[in-house]
Amino acid sequence: MHELGDAFAIAMALVVSADSDLLEIVGLSLRVSVSAMLVSCAVALPLGAVVAIARFPGRGAVIVVLNALMGLPPVVVGLLVYLMLSNAGPFGGLRLLYTPTAMIIAQTILITPIIAALSRQVIEDLHQEYAEQFRSLCVPAHTAMAALLWDARYSLLTVALAGFGRAVAEVGAVIIVGGNINHLTRVMTTAIALETSKGDLALALALGIVLLAIALLVNSGVMALRSTSARHAYV
Amino acid sequence: MTSRVLAFGVAALAAVVLFQPGTARAADRSIILQSTTSTANSGLYDHILPIFERKTGIKVNVVAVGTGQAIKNARNGDGDVLLVHAKPAELKFVADGYGVARHDVMYNDFIVVGPPSDPAGVAGIKKVVDAFEKIAAAKAVFASRGDNSGTHKKEMRLWRKAGLSVTDASGTWYRETGSGMGATLNVGVGMGAYVMTDRATWISFKNKGSFKILVEGDDDLFNQYGVILVNPEKHPRVRAKAGQAFIDWILSEEGQQAIRSYRLDGQQLFFPNAERVAQGKAQ
Repeated sequence: MHELGDAFAIAMALVVSADSDLLEIVGLSLRVSVSAMLVSCAVALPLGAVVAIARFPGRGAVIVVLNALMGLPPVVVGLLVYLMLSNAGPFGGLRLLYTPTAMIIAQTILITPIIAALSRQVIEDLHQEYAEQFRSLCVPAHTAMAALLWDARYSLLTVALAGFGRAVAEVGAVIIVGGNINHLTRVMTTAIALETSKGDLALALALGIVLLAIALLVNSGVMALRSTSARHAYV
Repeated sequence: MTSRVLAFGVAALAAVVLFQPGTARAADRSIILQSTTSTANSGLYDHILPIFERKTGIKVNVVAVGTGQAIKNARNGDGDVLLVHAKPAELKFVADGYGVARHDVMYNDFIVVGPPSDPAGVAGIKKVVDAFEKIAAAKAVFASRGDNSGTHKKEMRLWRKAGLSVTDASGTWYRETGSGMGATLNVGVGMGAYVMTDRATWISFKNKGSFKILVEGDDDLFNQYGVILVNPEKHPRVRAKAGQAFIDWILSEEGQQAIRSYRLDGQQLFFPNAERVAQGKAQ
């Protein structure tokens, strides 16, 4: 088990030396997964809010499907996006396969159900508190939705972070649609898979430690932003 | 106030995310090479591709998967050049019209590695088929790729030659990992199983544990790599000119010399064997 000790030493060395290949891989990981999270939020937050407060036939089924899709296997998403973007597929002409854009598309599909399902629950819970007041003031539905989304923003931030976490940690989808091409589509998780297959377990683990550290940084950054804005709100 | 802070945060985040250099790299002067893990993981491409890129300005993006998947991807037109190691499947690819022509590029050999305890007693056996018979007779654990890769296809041919139907034993002493060479070696080392691997992957593999090469040097373990241009008549988006430039280069004396000069731990990993006449006759 000396790999564990080696891994920490290698991880430290990698970070301290600011290895340019590592920075490139980290940068792409963040770019792909943060983009996927932002696109997902743009789609999933309104979707979650609509399902939370609208009443329509089949709503229960929609909620069950949304919740079930949280368990979407990344490899399946990767395969579906591959078949769509392949030169033999319907969107082959876009030439997106083996590009970061393809990876963003795959991760967006992967995490949209997660963000939608969780935000639906958050907003529905808040709506129970607000519903009577909305009714008495005759607030139109879209205004109510906007108010709920705004008032639930801190919980929704955590929801978005859950989506980001899922995106940045998955390997199954990006390795199929990105191809793990060096200097083009290699991200942290595919680099870890590659080093594992080369038998360099210590380096693979070191990259894992770096990935965890980045997730920690992103989360503390968001937490800091949140507490700053919360402080301003009460001034 | 709050909204302004949040909006600023989001804008800053978006700026960081969206304005990064590097997106324009998949430019016209690049090709996608569908290839195998053995060639990529051993570091061969890191050695030879910069030479080609400096000379021609064509960037080669390598997708390293098993031969079976690489051929499948190329059939779908998701690659410009195919460089793999399963000659029958390659010839079929060309015969079906998906490839323009197939050329020998280089070779190395397969080996059988295993634990030093060598439960089936195969160390030093000259014929790999005899070794396979002993492993099967002893029901010693054998880890197979089981993923339709070039190495897996070769291994299946050898079991057939030994007159053994190992798929019946799948899950008992014969274990199909369904994954790449490195992953299968990790499994093999973990469970003390025999593994058939290409020599390049083994030399560059870092998690060998106490495993040793037990069988090598048999003609049956010959491992030939071939290169094929994906047919632009099947897939008009194939970058045929740049792809052919790469094939011409790797078959040329300069490309062959680049392959010859790649060494790891003082050992030559791949042996170039392109036929000189092959270039002129590129159909």
